[in-house]
Amino acid sequence: MSAVPATAPGSAPSRRFPPVAGLTTVSLGLVVIGGILMASYAPRRPPLGVPVAITVASAALLLAGGYLTSRLRPFAWDRFFLVFRWALLAYVISAGVIGFAFIKDHVRGAPLAVVLAMLAIYALDVPLIIAFTVARYSSPARHAGSLPDVSQPT
Amino acid sequence: MTDVGNMQVGAVGTAQVAARPTIQVVPLKGLPIVAAVVAFVIASIAGNWLWALTFCHVVGGGLWTAIDLFVGLIVGPMLGRLSPAARAEFTARFMPKMVLLMPTLVLMTLAAGFQLALKLGNLSPASPNHGWLVASFCVVGVMAVIALGVLEPANIAVLFEMRTPDPDGAVIGTLMRRFVLTAGITGVMQVATLIIMTRVATQ
Repeated sequence: MSAVPATAPGSAPSRRFPPVAGLTTVSLGLVVIGGILMASYAPRRPPLGVPVAITVASAALLLAGGYLTSRLRPFAWDRFFLVFRWALLAYVISAGVIGFAFIKDHVRGAPLAVVLAMLAIYALDVPLIIAFTVARYSSPARHAGSLPDVSQPT
Repeated sequence: MTDVGNMQVGAVGTAQVAARPTIQVVPLKGLPIVAAVVAFVIASIAGNWLWALTFCHVVGGGLWTAIDLFVGLIVGPMLGRLSPAARAEFTARFMPKMVLLMPTLVLMTLAAGFQLALKLGNLSPASPNHGWLVASFCVVGVMAVIALGVLEPANIAVLFEMRTPDPDGAVIGTLMRRFVLTAGITGVMQVATLIIMTRVATQ
């Protein structure tokens, strides 16, 4: 095999992107913390103040990540959506199994609503991180030459 | 940390490109097995079957822990010492299996484990195991964020890059370094899980 070609300036690996993966990973971390808080009270009814605040913060970070991603030009959108939809399917199933366990354990009312909101964020966070990571290292279709710095949204 | 930055795939002569293994990001043959495992976990929870919940938790957790330790502490460092061609071929055959295997084991272990803890009363504040279980939630939470936020995206991005006609060695090297580093961290954290779970089982 020949040597690996040097990475050209402006090619996908060296191009700067907004911190979508970082924001979304923090969002994921927050719902995991919220989930631990809720689960540690089981089978009792947990106090909801902190989990709700965590869920709101997590949703805000997810929305920020989604917004920054939507502003990316150029971007390998075809590959992003290919990965996103299959990952979404997988993580909706995963979140569904976890949600089913909580429902089976007679979690009802506001605690169930908070758990379901957290699971919805989880089911969107992971596909967004995976799809963004795959697409950021892919060359956008129909785009040749060096790519601009898009670390700041236009 | 293990140096995998010089991994080379593609960007080579036509004959070598043709010799590259075909990469299927998600091995379709494995999907029925995953579906069967998920259905078994759901049935175990729905039926509240003690044996099935214990089976799912012990088998899933044992495999998850062993694979994390083995990949993070044995395979990862070895990978860095392989020839670039061997590394590329190993990665092409190994990573797709991990895409299906690890999320399935994690789901199986955690869903069954939570039900088991409730059923056995270990989550009750009066239980001597309550604190240990909350500690295990924290360890698993950190591992989940690392695995879902860093490790799995890197794994899948490597596979997509290796499928391209002209894979970028720099991209694959960057992502493989990330994969091996995070696999090592989760491997070490599994030691904490082993300590906690053996404490829970013997109190």
